[in-house]
Amino acid sequence: MTPTPIRTVTTAVLLSLALGLTGCQHQPPAPPAALYDQLGQRTGIARIVEDLLFLIVEDERINQTFKGVDVVEFHRHLTDQLCQLSGGPCTYTGRDMRELHADMAITDTQFNALAENLIRAMEKNDVPTGAQNRLLQQLIPLYPEVRNL
Amino acid sequence: MIRRRILCLLGGLMIASHAIADIGSRIWATGGVTSIEGSAGGGLVPWALLGSYASDEEWGGTLALSRAEVDDYTLSVAAAGITWRNRVELTVARQSLDLDTLVFTLKDGFGLAQDELTQDIVGAKVRLFGDVLYQPWGQWSAGVQYKRQNDFTVPDAIGARDDSGTDLYLSASKLFFAALLDRNLLVNGTARATRANQGGLLGFGGDRNNGYELMLEGSAGLFITRQWLVGAEYRQKPNNLGFADEEDWWDLFVAWVPDRRLAVTAAWVNLGDIATLENQRGLYLSLQGSF
Repeated sequence: MTPTPIRTVTTAVLLSLALGLTGCQHQPPAPPAALYDQLGQRTGIARIVEDLLFLIVEDERINQTFKGVDVVEFHRHLTDQLCQLSGGPCTYTGRDMRELHADMAITDTQFNALAENLIRAMEKNDVPTGAQNRLLQQLIPLYPEVRNL
Repeated sequence: MIRRRILCLLGGLMIASHAIADIGSRIWATGGVTSIEGSAGGGLVPWALLGSYASDEEWGGTLALSRAEVDDYTLSVAAAGITWRNRVELTVARQSLDLDTLVFTLKDGFGLAQDELTQDIVGAKVRLFGDVLYQPWGQWSAGVQYKRQNDFTVPDAIGARDDSGTDLYLSASKLFFAALLDRNLLVNGTARATRANQGGLLGFGGDRNNGYELMLEGSAGLFITRQWLVGAEYRQKPNNLGFADEEDWWDLFVAWVPDRRLAVTAAWVNLGDIATLENQRGLYLSLQGSF
Protein backbone atom coordinates (compact mmCIF):
# COMPACT_ATOMS: atom_id res chain seq x y z
CA MET A 1 0.00 0.00 0.00
CA THR A 2 1.32 3.44 -0.88
CA PRO A 3 1.51 5.75 2.11
CA THR A 4 -1.04 8.52 2.20
CA PRO A 5 0.34 12.10 2.39
CA ILE A 6 -0.93 12.41 5.98
CA ARG A 7 0.84 9.23 7.04
CA THR A 8 4.06 10.40 5.37
CA VAL A 9 3.91 13.72 7.20
CA THR A 10 3.21 11.95 10.51
CA THR A 11 6.17 9.67 9.98
CA ALA A 12 8.39 12.62 9.19
CA VAL A 13 7.27 14.46 12.33
CA LEU A 14 7.79 11.40 14.52
CA LEU A 15 11.19 10.80 12.95
CA SER A 16 12.30 14.39 13.53
CA LEU A 17 11.05 14.23 17.12
CA ALA A 18 13.02 11.04 17.67
CA LEU A 19 16.14 12.56 16.14
CA GLY A 20 15.68 15.72 18.21
CA LEU A 21 15.44 13.74 21.42
CA THR A 22 18.56 11.74 20.74
CA GLY A 23 20.58 14.75 19.53
CA CYS A 24 23.35 16.29 21.59
CA GLN A 25 21.80 18.57 24.22
CA HIS A 26 24.82 20.79 24.66
CA GLN A 27 24.82 22.31 21.19
CA PRO A 28 21.83 24.53 20.50
CA PRO A 29 20.57 24.24 16.94
CA ALA A 30 22.10 26.63 14.42
CA PRO A 31 19.90 29.74 14.34
CA PRO A 32 18.13 30.73 11.16
CA ALA A 33 19.56 33.81 9.45
CA ALA A 34 16.57 35.82 10.69
CA LEU A 35 18.25 36.33 14.09
CA TYR A 36 21.12 38.22 12.48
CA ASP A 37 18.58 40.45 10.75
CA GLN A 38 16.56 40.97 13.93
CA LEU A 39 19.70 42.20 15.67
CA GLY A 40 20.10 44.81 12.90
CA GLN A 41 22.88 42.95 11.07
CA ARG A 42 26.50 43.90 11.78
CA THR A 43 25.71 47.61 12.17
CA GLY A 44 23.00 46.88 14.75
CA ILE A 45 25.21 44.42 16.61
CA ALA A 46 28.06 46.97 16.68
CA ARG A 47 25.67 49.45 18.28
CA ILE A 48 24.54 46.89 20.88
CA VAL A 49 28.16 46.06 21.74
CA GLU A 50 28.98 49.75 22.04
CA ASP A 51 26.10 50.27 24.50
CA LEU A 52 27.25 47.16 26.33
CA LEU A 53 30.71 48.67 26.73
CA PHE A 54 29.27 51.86 28.19
CA LEU A 55 27.27 49.78 30.69
CA ILE A 56 30.40 47.79 31.61
CA VAL A 57 32.33 50.99 32.34
CA GLU A 58 29.57 52.09 34.72
CA ASP A 59 29.34 48.72 36.43
CA GLU A 60 31.74 48.38 39.34
CA ARG A 61 31.10 44.66 39.58
CA ILE A 62 33.08 44.13 36.39
CA ASN A 63 34.74 47.33 35.17
CA GLN A 64 37.99 46.51 36.98
CA THR A 65 38.19 43.27 35.00
CA PHE A 66 38.15 45.24 31.76
CA LYS A 67 40.90 47.65 32.81
CA GLY A 68 43.72 47.74 30.29
CA VAL A 69 41.62 46.10 27.60
CA ASP A 70 42.08 47.50 24.08
CA VAL A 71 38.51 48.76 23.74
CA VAL A 72 38.52 49.17 19.96
CA GLU A 73 39.80 45.63 19.46
CA PHE A 74 37.40 44.27 22.09
CA HIS A 75 34.50 45.98 20.34
CA ARG A 76 35.47 44.51 16.96
CA HIS A 77 36.02 40.97 18.30
CA LEU A 78 32.77 40.86 20.30
CA THR A 79 30.79 42.32 17.40
CA ASP A 80 32.22 39.67 15.06
CA GLN A 81 31.50 36.97 17.62
CA LEU A 82 27.85 37.94 18.12
CA CYS A 83 27.50 38.41 14.36
CA GLN A 84 28.81 34.89 13.76
CA LEU A 85 26.74 33.34 16.57
CA SER A 86 23.58 34.95 15.20
CA GLY A 87 24.18 33.43 11.77
CA GLY A 88 25.72 36.50 10.13
CA PRO A 89 28.60 36.57 7.60
CA CYS A 90 31.38 37.28 10.10
CA THR A 91 34.24 35.31 11.60
CA TYR A 92 35.44 35.74 15.16
CA THR A 93 39.20 36.18 14.97
CA GLY A 94 39.90 36.76 18.67
CA ARG A 95 41.59 34.33 21.01
CA ASP A 96 39.97 31.10 22.15
CA MET A 97 37.39 31.89 24.83
CA ARG A 98 38.70 29.41 27.40
CA GLU A 99 42.32 30.48 26.91
CA LEU A 100 41.29 34.15 27.06
CA HIS A 101 39.54 33.79 30.44
CA ALA A 102 41.81 31.12 31.94
CA ASP A 103 43.60 33.42 34.42
CA MET A 104 40.74 35.79 35.13
CA ALA A 105 38.86 33.76 37.78
CA ILE A 106 35.50 35.09 36.58
CA THR A 107 32.81 34.64 39.25
CA ASP A 108 29.11 33.95 38.77
CA THR A 109 28.44 37.48 40.00
CA GLN A 110 30.59 38.88 37.19
CA PHE A 111 29.11 36.57 34.58
CA ASN A 112 25.60 37.60 35.67
CA ALA A 113 26.60 41.26 35.53
CA LEU A 114 27.78 40.90 31.93
CA ALA A 115 24.65 38.98 30.94
CA GLU A 116 22.49 41.66 32.55
CA ASN A 117 24.35 44.43 30.73
CA LEU A 118 23.97 42.61 27.41
CA ILE A 119 20.21 42.30 27.99
CA ARG A 120 20.02 46.00 28.89
CA ALA A 121 22.00 46.90 25.75
CA MET A 122 19.67 44.80 23.59
CA GLU A 123 16.63 46.40 25.23
CA LYS A 124 18.07 49.86 24.59
CA ASN A 125 18.34 48.93 20.91
CA ASP A 126 14.75 47.61 20.80
CA VAL A 127 15.76 44.04 20.03
CA PRO A 128 12.54 41.95 20.23
CA THR A 129 12.26 39.59 23.23
CA GLY A 130 12.36 36.49 21.04
CA ALA A 131 15.57 37.58 19.33
CA GLN A 132 17.15 38.42 22.69
CA ASN A 133 16.31 34.94 23.94
CA ARG A 134 17.74 33.29 20.83
CA LEU A 135 21.01 35.19 21.09
CA LEU A 136 21.28 34.26 24.78
CA GLN A 137 20.59 30.65 23.83
CA GLN A 138 23.63 30.79 21.53
CA LEU A 139 25.81 32.42 24.21
CA ILE A 140 24.97 30.14 27.15
CA PRO A 141 27.28 27.30 25.96
CA LEU A 142 30.20 29.74 26.48
CA TYR A 143 29.51 29.81 30.25
CA PRO A 144 31.92 26.98 31.20
CA GLU A 145 34.64 28.49 28.98
CA VAL A 146 34.31 31.95 30.53
CA ARG A 147 34.06 30.60 34.08
CA ASN A 148 36.89 28.19 33.32
CA LEU A 149 34.89 25.23 34.64
CA MET B 1 31.33 58.27 15.13
CA ILE B 2 31.24 54.91 16.89
CA ARG B 3 35.01 54.91 16.95
CA ARG B 4 35.18 58.30 18.64
CA ARG B 5 32.64 57.29 21.27
CA ILE B 6 34.60 54.13 21.94
CA LEU B 7 37.76 56.14 22.45
CA CYS B 8 35.89 58.10 25.11
CA LEU B 9 35.41 54.77 26.83
CA LEU B 10 39.15 54.46 27.27
CA GLY B 11 39.01 57.48 29.52
CA GLY B 12 35.99 56.06 31.30
CA LEU B 13 37.78 52.85 32.13
CA MET B 14 40.60 54.70 33.80
CA ILE B 15 38.60 56.71 36.30
CA ALA B 16 36.77 55.24 39.24
CA SER B 17 33.14 54.93 38.28
CA HIS B 18 29.91 55.06 40.21
CA ALA B 19 28.46 52.07 41.95
CA ILE B 20 25.22 50.72 40.57
CA ALA B 21 23.12 50.42 43.69
CA ASP B 22 21.31 47.14 43.30
CA ILE B 23 20.43 44.26 45.51
CA GLY B 24 22.10 41.26 43.94
CA SER B 25 23.46 40.19 40.60
CA ARG B 26 21.39 37.23 39.56
CA ILE B 27 19.24 37.81 36.49
CA TRP B 28 15.69 39.08 37.06
CA ALA B 29 13.16 36.54 38.38
CA THR B 30 15.78 33.84 39.01
CA GLY B 31 14.94 33.97 42.72
CA GLY B 32 11.45 32.74 41.98
CA VAL B 33 8.83 34.09 44.37
CA THR B 34 7.98 33.10 47.95
CA SER B 35 5.85 29.96 48.23
CA ILE B 36 3.20 29.49 50.94
CA GLU B 37 5.76 27.58 53.03
CA GLY B 38 8.34 30.36 52.81
CA SER B 39 10.80 28.58 50.52
CA ALA B 40 11.60 30.16 47.16
CA GLY B 41 9.41 28.65 44.50
CA GLY B 42 6.14 29.33 42.90
CA GLY B 43 3.01 29.66 45.00
CA LEU B 44 2.31 26.10 46.16
CA VAL B 45 5.56 24.35 45.25
CA PRO B 46 9.20 24.94 46.19
CA TRP B 47 11.69 25.27 43.34
CA ALA B 48 15.44 24.61 43.21
CA LEU B 49 15.97 28.38 42.96
CA LEU B 50 17.17 30.20 46.07
CA GLY B 51 15.36 33.35 47.19
CA SER B 52 16.59 36.91 46.60
CA TYR B 53 19.18 37.84 43.98
CA ALA B 54 22.36 36.94 45.85
CA SER B 55 24.96 35.61 43.45
CA ASP B 56 28.11 33.77 44.47
CA GLU B 57 29.74 36.78 46.17
CA GLU B 58 26.62 38.28 47.70
CA TRP B 59 23.83 37.81 50.19
CA GLY B 60 20.20 38.94 49.99
CA GLY B 61 16.80 38.59 51.55
CA THR B 62 13.08 38.56 50.89
CA LEU B 63 9.88 39.50 52.71
CA ALA B 64 6.51 38.29 51.48
CA LEU B 65 2.82 38.47 52.29
CA SER B 66 0.44 36.03 50.61
CA ARG B 67 -3.24 35.27 50.78
CA ALA B 68 -5.43 32.59 49.26
CA GLU B 69 -9.18 32.99 49.46
CA VAL B 70 -10.98 29.80 48.51
CA ASP B 71 -14.66 28.93 48.94
CA ASP B 72 -14.67 28.05 52.66
CA TYR B 73 -11.20 29.03 53.89
CA THR B 74 -8.72 31.89 53.83
CA LEU B 75 -5.00 31.19 54.08
CA SER B 76 -2.67 34.03 55.06
CA VAL B 77 1.11 33.72 55.02
CA ALA B 78 3.85 36.04 56.22
CA ALA B 79 7.36 34.91 55.30
CA ALA B 80 10.96 36.06 55.36
CA GLY B 81 14.16 34.57 54.00
CA ILE B 82 17.85 35.19 53.56
CA THR B 83 20.19 33.67 51.01
CA TRP B 84 23.95 33.44 51.28
CA ARG B 85 26.03 33.37 48.11
CA ASN B 86 23.35 31.57 46.11
CA ARG B 87 24.24 28.52 48.17
CA VAL B 88 22.06 28.44 51.30
CA GLU B 89 18.55 29.77 51.82
CA LEU B 90 17.02 30.11 55.31
CA THR B 91 13.34 30.92 55.67
CA VAL B 92 10.62 31.39 58.26
CA ALA B 93 6.89 31.51 57.61
CA ARG B 94 3.69 31.74 59.62
CA GLN B 95 0.53 30.33 58.08
CA SER B 96 -2.95 31.15 59.38
CA LEU B 97 -5.96 29.30 58.02
CA ASP B 98 -9.27 31.03 58.78
CA LEU B 99 -11.83 28.28 59.08
CA ASP B 100 -14.80 30.42 58.01
CA THR B 101 -17.37 27.66 57.32
CA LEU B 102 -15.64 24.83 59.20
CA VAL B 103 -16.26 26.66 62.50
CA PHE B 104 -19.81 25.27 62.54
CA THR B 105 -18.73 21.71 61.74
CA LEU B 106 -16.18 21.80 64.55
CA LYS B 107 -18.69 23.19 67.03
CA ASP B 108 -21.50 20.77 66.18
CA GLY B 109 -19.39 17.69 65.50
CA PHE B 110 -16.50 18.03 67.95
CA GLY B 111 -17.65 20.66 70.43
CA LEU B 112 -14.63 22.81 69.55
CA ALA B 113 -14.74 26.59 69.44
CA GLN B 114 -11.93 27.48 67.11
CA ASP B 115 -11.90 29.73 64.09
CA GLU B 116 -8.34 29.44 62.82
CA LEU B 117 -5.38 27.07 62.58
CA THR B 118 -1.85 28.40 62.57
CA GLN B 119 1.55 26.84 62.10
CA ASP B 120 5.13 28.06 61.88
CA ILE B 121 7.58 26.77 59.31
CA VAL B 122 11.36 27.02 59.42
CA GLY B 123 13.03 26.10 56.16
CA ALA B 124 16.54 25.55 54.85
CA LYS B 125 17.53 24.89 51.25
CA VAL B 126 20.96 24.19 49.82
CA ARG B 127 21.87 24.49 46.17
CA LEU B 128 23.69 21.23 45.52
CA PHE B 129 25.03 22.01 42.04
CA GLY B 130 24.24 23.62 38.74
CA ASP B 131 22.67 26.84 37.60
CA VAL B 132 19.12 27.32 36.37
CA LEU B 133 20.24 29.46 33.42
CA TYR B 134 23.74 28.39 32.52
CA GLN B 135 24.09 24.64 33.03
CA PRO B 136 22.57 22.11 30.61
CA TRP B 137 21.40 19.94 33.51
CA GLY B 138 19.88 22.90 35.38
CA GLN B 139 20.03 23.61 39.09
CA TRP B 140 19.54 21.05 41.86
CA SER B 141 18.73 21.81 45.48
CA ALA B 142 17.78 19.90 48.60
CA GLY B 143 15.60 21.37 51.31
CA VAL B 144 14.02 20.77 54.67
CA GLN B 145 10.89 22.33 56.19
CA TYR B 146 10.25 21.94 59.90
CA LYS B 147 6.60 22.68 60.68
CA ARG B 148 4.97 23.12 64.06
CA GLN B 149 1.31 23.63 64.96
CA ASN B 150 0.56 26.43 67.39
CA ASP B 151 -2.59 24.74 68.72
CA PHE B 152 -3.05 21.00 68.20
CA THR B 153 -6.65 20.77 69.47
CA VAL B 154 -8.40 20.55 66.10
CA PRO B 155 -5.87 18.32 64.25
CA ASP B 156 -5.80 16.04 67.30
CA ALA B 157 -9.60 15.73 67.30
CA ILE B 158 -9.74 14.73 63.62
CA GLY B 159 -7.11 12.00 63.95
CA ALA B 160 -3.69 13.58 63.30
CA ARG B 161 -0.90 11.91 65.23
CA ASP B 162 1.68 14.69 65.69
CA ASP B 163 1.68 18.46 66.08
CA SER B 164 4.99 18.86 64.28
CA GLY B 165 6.73 17.32 61.30
CA THR B 166 9.61 17.68 58.91
CA ASP B 167 9.36 17.62 55.12
CA LEU B 168 12.44 16.75 53.07
CA TYR B 169 12.61 17.59 49.38
CA LEU B 170 14.81 17.50 46.32
CA SER B 171 14.18 20.03 43.54
CA ALA B 172 15.46 20.61 40.04
CA SER B 173 14.88 23.78 38.02
CA LYS B 174 15.92 24.59 34.48
CA LEU B 175 15.28 27.49 32.15
CA PHE B 176 15.19 26.61 28.46
CA PHE B 177 16.03 29.65 26.35
CA ALA B 178 13.80 30.40 23.36
CA ALA B 179 11.99 27.10 23.93
CA LEU B 180 8.44 27.98 22.92
CA LEU B 181 7.57 30.76 20.46
CA ASP B 182 11.10 32.08 21.14
CA ARG B 183 10.12 32.53 24.79
CA ASN B 184 12.08 31.17 27.77
CA LEU B 185 10.51 28.20 29.53
CA LEU B 186 11.11 27.53 33.24
CA VAL B 187 10.52 23.94 34.38
CA ASN B 188 10.65 22.71 37.98
CA GLY B 189 10.29 19.30 39.56
CA THR B 190 10.24 18.48 43.26
CA ALA B 191 10.08 15.20 45.16
CA ARG B 192 8.98 15.61 48.77
CA ALA B 193 8.95 13.12 51.63
CA THR B 194 6.20 14.16 54.02
CA ARG B 195 3.65 13.13 56.65
CA ALA B 196 1.88 16.49 56.60
CA ASN B 197 -1.90 16.73 56.32
CA GLN B 198 -2.93 19.70 54.15
CA GLY B 199 0.66 20.92 54.26
CA GLY B 200 0.73 20.48 58.05
CA LEU B 201 -2.23 22.72 58.90
CA LEU B 202 -4.16 19.57 59.88
CA GLY B 203 -1.19 18.04 61.68
CA PHE B 204 1.12 15.18 60.74
CA GLY B 205 0.35 11.51 60.20
CA GLY B 206 -3.04 10.00 60.77
CA ASP B 207 -5.23 6.97 61.29
CA ARG B 208 -5.19 6.00 57.61
CA ASN B 209 -1.44 6.36 57.14
CA ASN B 210 1.20 7.47 59.61
CA GLY B 211 4.46 7.09 57.69
CA TYR B 212 6.46 9.20 55.29
CA GLU B 213 5.34 9.11 51.66
CA LEU B 214 7.03 10.49 48.56
CA MET B 215 5.00 13.16 46.78
CA LEU B 216 5.75 14.67 43.36
CA GLU B 217 5.32 18.34 42.62
CA GLY B 218 5.94 20.24 39.43
CA SER B 219 5.49 23.50 37.64
CA ALA B 220 6.19 25.13 34.33
CA GLY B 221 6.13 28.78 33.38
CA LEU B 222 6.75 30.76 30.24
CA PHE B 223 8.41 34.17 30.33
CA ILE B 224 6.29 36.31 27.99
CA THR B 225 8.87 39.03 28.61
CA ARG B 226 11.52 39.11 31.30
CA GLN B 227 8.95 40.76 33.59
CA TRP B 228 5.97 38.45 33.05
CA LEU B 229 5.84 34.75 33.82
CA VAL B 230 2.68 32.68 33.27
CA GLY B 231 2.38 29.05 34.19
CA ALA B 232 0.87 26.23 36.18
CA GLU B 233 1.75 24.17 39.25
CA TYR B 234 0.76 20.79 40.56
CA ARG B 235 1.32 19.34 44.02
CA GLN B 236 0.58 15.74 44.92
CA LYS B 237 -0.68 15.26 48.49
CA PRO B 238 -0.87 12.38 50.95
CA ASN B 239 -4.20 11.18 52.30
CA ASN B 240 -3.53 10.26 55.92
CA LEU B 241 -6.76 11.12 57.71
CA GLY B 242 -9.80 8.85 57.71
CA PHE B 243 -12.34 11.55 58.51
CA ALA B 244 -11.99 13.36 55.17
CA ASP B 245 -10.26 12.86 51.84
CA GLU B 246 -7.30 15.06 50.98
CA GLU B 247 -6.76 15.95 47.33
CA ASP B 248 -3.90 17.20 45.17
CA TRP B 249 -3.43 20.94 44.66
CA TRP B 250 -2.93 22.82 41.43
CA ASP B 251 -2.93 26.40 40.20
CA LEU B 252 -2.55 28.67 37.20
CA PHE B 253 -0.37 31.71 37.91
CA VAL B 254 0.86 35.02 36.56
CA ALA B 255 3.92 36.59 38.13
CA TRP B 256 5.04 40.15 37.48
CA VAL B 257 8.65 41.00 38.29
CA PRO B 258 9.12 44.65 37.28
CA ASP B 259 12.60 44.77 38.83
CA ARG B 260 14.64 42.99 41.48
CA ARG B 261 12.90 44.67 44.38
CA LEU B 262 9.32 43.63 43.74
CA ALA B 263 7.41 40.54 42.64
CA VAL B 264 3.64 40.24 42.45
CA THR B 265 2.01 36.86 41.92
CA ALA B 266 -1.64 36.17 41.21
CA ALA B 267 -3.06 32.69 40.79
CA TRP B 268 -6.23 30.73 40.45
CA VAL B 269 -5.83 27.85 42.90
CA ASN B 270 -7.68 24.59 43.27
CA LEU B 271 -7.04 23.00 46.68
CA GLY B 272 -9.61 20.23 46.24
CA ASP B 273 -11.49 18.89 49.26
CA ILE B 274 -10.29 20.16 52.65
CA ALA B 275 -11.63 18.68 55.90
CA THR B 276 -14.97 17.53 54.40
CA LEU B 277 -15.59 20.79 52.55
CA GLU B 278 -15.44 20.04 48.85
CA ASN B 279 -13.86 21.75 45.86
CA GLN B 280 -11.95 24.60 47.48
CA ARG B 281 -11.13 26.99 44.66
CA GLY B 282 -10.28 30.66 44.63
CA LEU B 283 -7.74 33.41 44.15
CA TYR B 284 -4.21 33.68 45.44
CA LEU B 285 -2.23 36.89 45.66
CA SER B 286 1.34 37.33 46.85
CA LEU B 287 3.59 40.34 47.24
CA GLN B 288 7.34 39.91 47.63
CA GLY B 289 9.98 42.47 48.33
CA SER B 290 13.69 41.68 47.97
CA PHE B 291 16.65 43.42 49.54
